[in-house]
Amino acid sequence: MNIIAEALDGALVVRLDEERLDAAIAIQFKDRMREITAQPAERVVLDLSSVAFVDSSGLGAIVSVMKFLAPARKLELAGLTPTVEKVFRLTRMDSVFTIHAEAPGGQIRHAV
Amino acid sequence: MLCDRTGGRQPEAEVSAQAPPGGFHAVFAADQTAVRGALRAALARFVRQMTDDEAGTMELVLAEVFNNIVEHAFADGGPGQIELTISRDELGLMCRIADDGAPMPEGRLPAGRLPSNAVAVEDLPEGGFGWFLIRDLTRELSYVRDGSRNLLMFRLPIAA
Repeated sequence: MNIIAEALDGALVVRLDEERLDAAIAIQFKDRMREITAQPAERVVLDLSSVAFVDSSGLGAIVSVMKFLAPARKLELAGLTPTVEKVFRLTRMDSVFTIHAEAPGGQIRHAV
Repeated sequence: MLCDRTGGRQPEAEVSAQAPPGGFHAVFAADQTAVRGALRAALARFVRQMTDDEAGTMELVLAEVFNNIVEHAFADGGPGQIELTISRDELGLMCRIADDGAPMPEGRLPAGRLPSNAVAVEDLPEGGFGWFLIRDLTRELSYVRDGSRNLLMFRLPIAA
């Protein structure tokens, strides 16, 4: 699974560089997010701009990341592609997350 | 999405001799890898007849249905088979999915109510979205247990 992260102005920006976040990789995604977010940061921004497809398992995995970061830290989302945005809207999970059009900092420069 | 409508070669759809005219038919193993391949082939077959939004809906609905079959109908891990038949008519795509796994609980489709999100963060739902999405995005959804097979049918509306 390709995930890259960078600390930027108090936020940890995590970009999931996979075309799909689905049942096949949902558990692996949760585990990797636990490892990556072990480093301190007030906010965690998950950049989904490379992800064209999220199914209910992927959605559940993102919710679970939000839950294990709480209450100390917040998970925010950025760069939702149309089908992914639709899944969040239909399930009303768009009201649970702060969603940004774009991730802060643009291009991520360092892999961790 | 699994297939790109513009760039490169489209994967060949596995249109078998049993495919209805203008339609699609495939039989594949009930595992994650085979299911992805079938999803890719079915999308490739119809992607040029749909908007991006309709293609996204088709991918989502079929992915949720297949996930449910792999995770629940074959929860014991036994080898299983899924048969997907799609026919095109003026109202959209009529989809028929058969599998030889365990029947639905109580022999009927799950209610698929959207879990509430008006709860504390620690109580947010991590599941229960699948059947909500299937029910929300399909029409004429029906399920029957036919002998040792589950038969699920629904229509995916597509603009003419």
